[in-house]
Amino acid sequence: MRDVAVIGVGMNKWGELWDKSLRDLIAESALLALDDAGIDKVEAMYIGCMSSGLFTDQEHLASIGPDYAAMCPTPGIRVESACASGGLAFRSAFIHVASGLADIVMAVGVEKMTDVDGAGATFGLATAADQEYEVYNGITFPGLYSMMAIHHMHKYGTTRDQLAQVAVKNHKNGAKNPLAQFRMEVTIDQVKNAVMVADPLTILDCSPITDGSAAVILCSMDKAKEITKRRLVKVIGSGHASDTIQLAQRDDLSFLKSTKLAAQQALAMAGRKIKDVDFLEVHDCFTIAEIMVLEALGCIAPGKGGPSTADGLTALDGKLPVNASGGLKSKGHPVGATGVAQIVEITKQIRCDAEKDRKVKKADIGLAQNMGGSGASSVVHILEGI
Amino acid sequence: MSSPRYWREMPQRYRYEAAKCKKCGKVLFPPRLICPGCRARDFEKVHINQTGEIETYTVIRVAPAPFVDQAPYPVAIVNMGDGVRILCQLADIEPEEIKIGLPVRIEFRKIQKQGESGLLLYGYKCVPEF
Amino acid sequence: MVGIIGYGAYIPRNRIKVEEIAKVWGADAPSYKKGLMLQEKSVPTPDQDTITMSVEAARRAITRAGIDPAKVGAVYIGSESHPYAVKPSGTTLAEAIGAVPDCHCADFEFACKAGSEGMFVAMGLVKAGEIDYGIGIGADTSQGAPGDALEYSASAGAAAFIFGRENVIAECLYTHSYMTDTPDFWRREYQFYPRHASRFTGEPAYFKHTLGCARAIMAKANMKPQDFAFAVFHQPNGKFPMTAGKQLGFTKEQMNQGWLSPILGNTYSGASPMGLTAILDIAKPGDLILMVSYGSGAGSDGFIWRATDRIKEVQGLAVQTRPMLESDRRKYLDYGTYSKYRGKIRKLEG
Repeated sequence: MRDVAVIGVGMNKWGELWDKSLRDLIAESALLALDDAGIDKVEAMYIGCMSSGLFTDQEHLASIGPDYAAMCPTPGIRVESACASGGLAFRSAFIHVASGLADIVMAVGVEKMTDVDGAGATFGLATAADQEYEVYNGITFPGLYSMMAIHHMHKYGTTRDQLAQVAVKNHKNGAKNPLAQFRMEVTIDQVKNAVMVADPLTILDCSPITDGSAAVILCSMDKAKEITKRRLVKVIGSGHASDTIQLAQRDDLSFLKSTKLAAQQALAMAGRKIKDVDFLEVHDCFTIAEIMVLEALGCIAPGKGGPSTADGLTALDGKLPVNASGGLKSKGHPVGATGVAQIVEITKQIRCDAEKDRKVKKADIGLAQNMGGSGASSVVHILEGI
Repeated sequence: MSSPRYWREMPQRYRYEAAKCKKCGKVLFPPRLICPGCRARDFEKVHINQTGEIETYTVIRVAPAPFVDQAPYPVAIVNMGDGVRILCQLADIEPEEIKIGLPVRIEFRKIQKQGESGLLLYGYKCVPEF
Repeated sequence: MVGIIGYGAYIPRNRIKVEEIAKVWGADAPSYKKGLMLQEKSVPTPDQDTITMSVEAARRAITRAGIDPAKVGAVYIGSESHPYAVKPSGTTLAEAIGAVPDCHCADFEFACKAGSEGMFVAMGLVKAGEIDYGIGIGADTSQGAPGDALEYSASAGAAAFIFGRENVIAECLYTHSYMTDTPDFWRREYQFYPRHASRFTGEPAYFKHTLGCARAIMAKANMKPQDFAFAVFHQPNGKFPMTAGKQLGFTKEQMNQGWLSPILGNTYSGASPMGLTAILDIAKPGDLILMVSYGSGAGSDGFIWRATDRIKEVQGLAVQTRPMLESDRRKYLDYGTYSKYRGKIRKLEG
């Protein structure tokens, strides 16, 4: 497998984007990435999107993507793994270039969630869980993660305040990110006293409904050196694993095994240990998720995620900054776009392109962890600046 | 929820039918074509136990459309023994009575109704064994 | 010998008191309580209906009967509140207990005596040798119109009986049905609430048929009230069955065990069948039991049962009726929650 680098990134401002359609979103970030790379076409376009069908009655993004980026006859490939669709689109693009099949490939992640109302969005999101044995019985995604939180709190003594601290930290970071959906800071009390969605998680423990997109262009290392003069961001590791769709059938109800396995693969490919990673972008779909992800990645021991967060380990100026972008919590979660946006953020930080007031101090090796459903699929990437 | 999809899962939702792998003894609920434990493909029909213990739970307060009128309602993952856990609503219990480890048993209940003219969807909930 | 080989009942957990209903409609609670001898009634939650209660009652009956449910040859549920107008409640029940596919099934309706009709027919098929086991169930989640007298009593519950020829626990000695066209209480198709003819529901309706049936069956059997250990009549409120029993010559002691309505309400098709389950819970071998149901429209089904030696072996095998009725897990609802559960609040259509 050849070496692969990121040569261009693009991301629009996320939020409720009434004026922008699904195809507008795909094209917008695709063009931003092309401009950033200084090129005008790619050889293949992977589109990560969870549910254009249920949200906008539109499938066949494999055509729409290249079509609206003025790139036909470039092949388009729709990739879906629920909330890990973006990370999987990136991995697929990476494999395409690493294998030698093409030199320059784009991964774009997109989701248009506000053309349906709240009930429609909830219905679409629920398709990431087991329709017959979970959703049928009235569970919701906040409900699944709440059950993981209750289990984690019972097993390890993780506290409600520690969960809230994840939201406080990520909103503090997101407030400095002009592309984030929610740029207000929150306090622990505000998080705890917000409207309860599923005990113990409130609305402020949960990532929002968002429209948005992000795009990344991957290039073989040799060609990348010709195309760009900027600091090269090399993809040194990629990992991907699945787990049971039903939460009830997992080995441990509050341990994210698919993340652990995906991370092990990525680290093995990179020839690195987790302690070599300087900063991370992880899938904080709910506050408890960030805590469990850190434990699954091996950054901290199982059960220590809560106290470590409270102690500031993962703050912007902490020893291991997590979600300097604001995470899903503050930046937003247009489902298919999230995984790609994580790569955008890591690339920007490594290239020193991030806003000055949310710059990660040491940003040479970054890790992105993107996850589908209640942990049924995980994709992990490690990037290094050279 | 279409008629075929609802009808197909009746043996599980109404009678708790499961499949026991003849090779390694793993009990699969719902049944499958291949055992995730040992990859064997030969099963015998069994039923999951109808009593179990709560392993975790939550109370849904913001509910999806078919359940809006029922909110708030508790949902739990219940360990039924034999390596089987199920996710289901809890009934006849107050939120403050729910504890991890509480013994419960399955009861036949109506899970959803499809508007005023659609199907009535039945299944299992768990009630406390007080 | 043909008779009951297993029985079971189901009562929802929730209740509402007469005072709570009277408060909302400005009615005089004490006079309802005294006049109708009612204190509280059971209330189903939105996830409980005639089918769910029947399934649980039937499972308890199967446990007592100790049979393989695949051998059940007929399933008849009688109710005024079948969840579907077309698609029998019995099909879901048969599927849930595993009696499918070789099984007769149809739903019964005859106001409050639909349950006893189902019992009669299931038992008749067993007696004729057409099937080995038959199930007859009376179950309801009936509605009373808001502010109407019936709102104080319309409640929810189920009683299931399995009939067979072996291991009988209560032999059926006699049956009799007494039926006319009497328009005392009815519900037209597509109407949500029933209507009734007020005081006409008493003497020419309930009492005429209940007493007529009771006298006819006792004459048939050449028996007197004193021969019976227990008697249970249809119980639309606390008062009617006691009055009927007294007129026939039964004592309070004979009627007390099956008299559930003061704190259960009127479970319509479940009423006298549930009373029978409470009696079977404590009956001793050899006890004679008179059961007379009543359904508006109108008619009464009478049965004379005799408990066998085997009854003692099954009484404790499943939950008993009075403990469920008097449980300290009962939860009292306010009228608003009750109305929401019973679908009495008009919501946005579509």
